Amino acid sequence: MVTTAAHADAEAGRLVEIARRIRVEVVRTIHRTGVGHLGGSLSEADLLAALYFHELRIRPEQPDWPERDRFVLSKGHASVGLYAALALRGYLPVAELLTFDSRGTRLQGHPDMTRLSCLDFSTGSLGMGISAAVGIALGSRLLGRPNRTFVLLGDGECQEGSVWEAAFVAARYGLDNLIAIIDHNRLQQFGWRGDTAEHRLAPQGPGELLAKWTAFGWRASEIDGHDMSGILDALDGVHARDGRPVAIIADTVKGRGVSFAEGRYMSHVHVPNREEYELAMVELGEQPAGAEDAPR
Amino acid sequence: MTLPMGRAMREVFGETVAELAGRDPRIVMLDGDLGTSTRGQIFEQAHPERYFQMGIAEQNMLGAAAGMASVGLIPFISTFVAFAVVRPLDQIRVLIAQPHLNVKITAGYSGLFTGRAGKTHIVVDDMSIMRAMPNMVTVAPADDTETAQVLRWAAGHDGPVYVRLVRDPTQHLFDADHVFLPSTGVVVRDGSDVTLISTGAQTPRVVDAADLLAARGIRAQVLHLATIKPIDVDAIVRAAERTGLVITVEEHTVIGGLGGAVAETLGEHRPTRLHRLGLQDVFAESASNDDLLDIYGLSAARVADQVTEVLRSAPGPRASAGTQA
Repeated sequence: MVTTAAHADAEAGRLVEIARRIRVEVVRTIHRTGVGHLGGSLSEADLLAALYFHELRIRPEQPDWPERDRFVLSKGHASVGLYAALALRGYLPVAELLTFDSRGTRLQGHPDMTRLSCLDFSTGSLGMGISAAVGIALGSRLLGRPNRTFVLLGDGECQEGSVWEAAFVAARYGLDNLIAIIDHNRLQQFGWRGDTAEHRLAPQGPGELLAKWTAFGWRASEIDGHDMSGILDALDGVHARDGRPVAIIADTVKGRGVSFAEGRYMSHVHVPNREEYELAMVELGEQPAGAEDAPR
Repeated sequence: MTLPMGRAMREVFGETVAELAGRDPRIVMLDGDLGTSTRGQIFEQAHPERYFQMGIAEQNMLGAAAGMASVGLIPFISTFVAFAVVRPLDQIRVLIAQPHLNVKITAGYSGLFTGRAGKTHIVVDDMSIMRAMPNMVTVAPADDTETAQVLRWAAGHDGPVYVRLVRDPTQHLFDADHVFLPSTGVVVRDGSDVTLISTGAQTPRVVDAADLLAARGIRAQVLHLATIKPIDVDAIVRAAERTGLVITVEEHTVIGGLGGAVAETLGEHRPTRLHRLGLQDVFAESASNDDLLDIYGLSAARVADQVTEVLRSAPGPRASAGTQA
C-alpha cells in the first residue's frame, strides 16, 4: 500500500492518541486497584499502540483465529499496559481493567492465557516468553501459516541466560517470522547504584544491546521507542524478510508521560496516590477526575 | 527363575514416536543434542523436517516446545532427565504445566542407568518433582511393551505428560496383550503375606524378588503402578487390605515419589504398616548397573533380603526410612 507522508502523519497521530489512552488506563488501574507495575507499563505504551492498532494482523471478534499474528509479553510484569491495550482494542470491556489482580479476575497479576483467551501466552517469569515465541514461530512455519510472532522483552530481562538460548536458536533456524522488541527503558526494579541511592545505572551501556542482538545473528536496529513515526518505520521494515529474526531495540523512558514516574527506578511498582493520580491525568491531557474516581 | 531381558526403552522410544509421527503430522521432536543417546535419531531419520535440533539449551527447548504446542503441534522431548526436568523446571512450570499445554516430556536416562555418568546424570528426585507439579501426569513404564503403550497413550492425551525412560535394556515383564491404562495399578503377582508396590523398570526386579521370597515360603503380592500421578488409590487400598503390610520399592529417592505417594494414600485411606525401599535421601555415584542396584538395595536379591528382614522384625513404630538419623 502506498502511503503519503500526510497519511503516515495522520496514522502516527492516531496511534499517539491511543498510546495516551493506554497510559491513562494504566495509571487509573494501578491507582484504583492499588497494585501493578507502573514504570514498565508506561514505557511500553507507544509500542503496544503501534502493535495492536496498526501492525498486528488480528481479529478481536475472533481471538482464536489460527492465522492471527501472535504477541507474547515476555516482560509479563508490565501486564497492566497490555490489558489496557487489549481493552481499548475491544478484547474486553475497559471497565474490567478495575478488576485487575483481584479475586476471580481474568486479569491476573501476570498474563494467564488460561484465564484470558485473547492472550497468546502465559508469562511472568522473566526470560521465557521469547522461548515460547520461538516455538510459535517455528511451529507456524512448519504448519505453513503466514502469521508472524512478536515478542516484547525488557532490557533488564535480557540478563536472563535463556533469552540468549532463544536468540541463538531463532537465528540458527532463520526465523524471519519472529520479531523481538526490547523495551530499553534503562532501569530495572533496583539495579546498580550510581552516584546516589536514587541514581541507578542502566543495565547495559549505549549500543550494547544492539551489538549483542546483531552478534547473535538478528537483523537488529535501534529506535526511539516514543517516536511513533519511527516505530512505524521500524515495523514497516519487518515486512521485507531476509532469513534473519528481527530485533528492534526501542529506547524508552521508564514511567514515560507522568512526571513523578519518568526516569525513576521507584516507578517500577509505584502506586500513585490521589494527588499523583490527579496530576497524572492533567499531564496526560485527561479531564479532571470525577467522583467515580475516588480511591477504594 | 528370573524374567528375561527385554529391549531398551530408548530404542522403543525412538521407534514408537517415529511410528506415531507417521500417522499424526502434528507430532514433532525437540532434541537437546542427545538424539544419539536417547535414540531420537530414529525419529530424525524418519521425519527430518519435524525433528528440531534445539542445541545444548534446554530452558529454551522446553519453552519452545510449549510455543509449538500452543499452535497445535504435539512436541516430544529428547534429552536426559537431568536436562528435561531439573534444569528447565521453571519453564515447565510456567509455560507447560500451568497453561496445560500438550508437551510430552519423554526423559531418557532415568534412574541409576546413565552409562556410568554418576551424580550429575542420576536424578534421584524427578518423580517427586513432577508429581508435585499441578497438571502433570507422571508415568514410569515397566518394560519395553509398556513403554510403547505409554507413548501411544501419551500422544493421544491432551495435556502435559512426564514419561520416565531407561537407557539400557531392562527385563521384559508384560506380554504383547498387556494394555496400559492410565492411573491403573496392575497386580503382577498375587500373594497374601506382604504387598510390594513398585514402578518403572524396578517392577520386574521386584517380581524376581517375589520369586526368591516364594522359595523362602513368603507369598508376596506385587502391585505395579506405572502412573504415579494421578495414582490408583483403589488398587493401593485393596492391596493393603489383602496383606496388611506394604513395602514400596523404587529406583529413586524414597521421599516424595512412589513411596511418598503410597504413604499419603494409605495415611488418608487405610493406615497400614509401610516400609519404603529405594535411595535413602542420598545422591548416587558412578558404578556399573549391577553394582548400583546392589549399592542402593534394588537388585532382586537385595529386595528379597530386605523384605525378609521386615517380615522378621516386629511391627510397630520405627525410625524414619527417609532420614539416616
